[in-house]
Amino acid sequence: MTATLGADGIVLPEKRSALYWAVSDTRVLIGRHVHHLTRSPDQIFTAIMLPAVMLLMFRFMFGGAIDVGGTTYINYLMAGILVISVTMISVSTTLAVQSDMQEGVVDRFRAIAMLDSAVITGHIVAAVIRGLIALTVMVGLGFAVGFRPSGSIGDWLLTLGMLVLFAFSLAWVAAVLGLVAKSVDGASGLGLILMFSPYASTAFVQADTLPDGLRQFVEYQPVTQVVDTVRALLLDQPVAASGWPALIWWVAILCVAYPLATRLYRKRFV
Amino acid sequence: MTGELAIQIRDLKKNYGDVEVLKGVDLNVERGTMLALLGPNGAGKTTVVKILSTLAGPSSGSVTVNGYDVVRQRDGVRRSIGLVSQFVALDWMHTGRENLIMLGRLHHLSVANAKVRAQQLLEQFDLVEAGDKQVKGYSGGMKRRLDLAASLLVTPPILYLDEPTTGLDPRSRATMWAAIKQLLAAGTTILLTTQYLEEADQLADKIAVIDGGRIIAEGTAAELKQGVGKERVELVLASGGDFNRARQVIEGDGLQHDEDTRTISLVVDGAAHVKRLLDTLENKGLEIESLSLTKPTLDDVFFALTRRGNEPTNQSTDDNHDEEVGAAL
Repeated sequence: MTATLGADGIVLPEKRSALYWAVSDTRVLIGRHVHHLTRSPDQIFTAIMLPAVMLLMFRFMFGGAIDVGGTTYINYLMAGILVISVTMISVSTTLAVQSDMQEGVVDRFRAIAMLDSAVITGHIVAAVIRGLIALTVMVGLGFAVGFRPSGSIGDWLLTLGMLVLFAFSLAWVAAVLGLVAKSVDGASGLGLILMFSPYASTAFVQADTLPDGLRQFVEYQPVTQVVDTVRALLLDQPVAASGWPALIWWVAILCVAYPLATRLYRKRFV
Repeated sequence: MTGELAIQIRDLKKNYGDVEVLKGVDLNVERGTMLALLGPNGAGKTTVVKILSTLAGPSSGSVTVNGYDVVRQRDGVRRSIGLVSQFVALDWMHTGRENLIMLGRLHHLSVANAKVRAQQLLEQFDLVEAGDKQVKGYSGGMKRRLDLAASLLVTPPILYLDEPTTGLDPRSRATMWAAIKQLLAAGTTILLTTQYLEEADQLADKIAVIDGGRIIAEGTAAELKQGVGKERVELVLASGGDFNRARQVIEGDGLQHDEDTRTISLVVDGAAHVKRLLDTLENKGLEIESLSLTKPTLDDVFFALTRRGNEPTNQSTDDNHDEEVGAAL
């Protein structure tokens, strides 16, 4: 069959089900971004550098002055660092989506009869992969500087599940911001919102040390729920109080961000 | 209804905010023919192409491509078209071959066929050597050729070429033209937009001139030229004395003199008219140094049409990336 491809001067698409091509389109565009990652490893370097610096800074410079009660500061800190590794990624996701939308190749994608959302999904999966690489490095670095978790294998798997859900949902939010941003500057400004979201959480300090107003915000915001869940899992503490809210928050956020991003992508330029 | 027409545009209007880019465009393209949409920057050419390829929606009016409505049947339109846009539409970080395979897959070829097709197109467009290098290192001409190749992965019945030769050197331009002629010979319907009058003249069956968001003239190159004028003859006299005497004996339409170059020119009506002029000069003993006949060019057509009482065109919505692209190439 391949021998005669185009022999009569005409090449036609193959006939398969819509679902088959939806999966195929998504795989091809994930492949595009994975390929980009291998071509510019500096993206991964950036993803690792910042959380690594924060880990070392809080472990050795500020940590001594913070009392978290019941465990060492590094044990307390790790959950925050893991969440920050994920939120750091989202800035580059916002930027990547914004700049990709200016590229001619996206116009070409839009003029092909393919699954629209695959173009964004490619970015999302690349973001999750960058996040997983950063998480792996941070856990290793954490162990090297005294992190001693007490969670079981099951707790680790749940931690992984929680962080992947968080990374995935947050990447869709980052994509929405990238689609809304009119310029690179706008995109980095919007991306900062996501990047700073863990700073107003329980990542570094306990909520009850904070003044009224800020304390209530920190206790209820969705990033805190993730930090608390991950911390509870790693330190083998009761997880239900933050676990369910975290799950509901981030599934809900995904349910809004995914269709919104797809819609924004479709409507762009029109 | 649209069986013979590959593209049908009726009273198409498009606004971007307060700016009216298209003010009621009507246009038909018959199957298997090539129409050149000719116009200056900001005339609305790119906007027409964007609407025809579902990259932008019309504000009002109806547009069908291959029988599919561009608003209600987008996927049908997308399956019917290939698009070579003004801006090279490729992934810069991929190699040429990787681009073709990726886009082949997205055009729903199998993995094996996408690879075969990529190789075929690299060969056809003389890109085999560059095929495994990243596109960002390609020359302008190579990018354009790869871009055209990427539009032909799956044979499109209709192909849009939006200023495909802008910024190319003459050799790359000739290569593009040859490729375009081949496609036309194979029965592809082509809509070409261009600022180059020569390109429209050389390639297209029909030309539509667009200016200020409206089609201001339509026809074959010959028809458009006829509307502007006939041939002119230009006579250069051998000496200043001859020039002065010739001025007194030669009469005719559109008579022009230039004393410095000793040139007299006027509109002529066929070879017999030229012969009569020469006879007159010979009878008076006047000598000419040279004689030339000029046919009206599409440039004349273009300037004559766009000069005629049109509103000033200051819309730049669709061409405002020109400079960036020029720099990128």
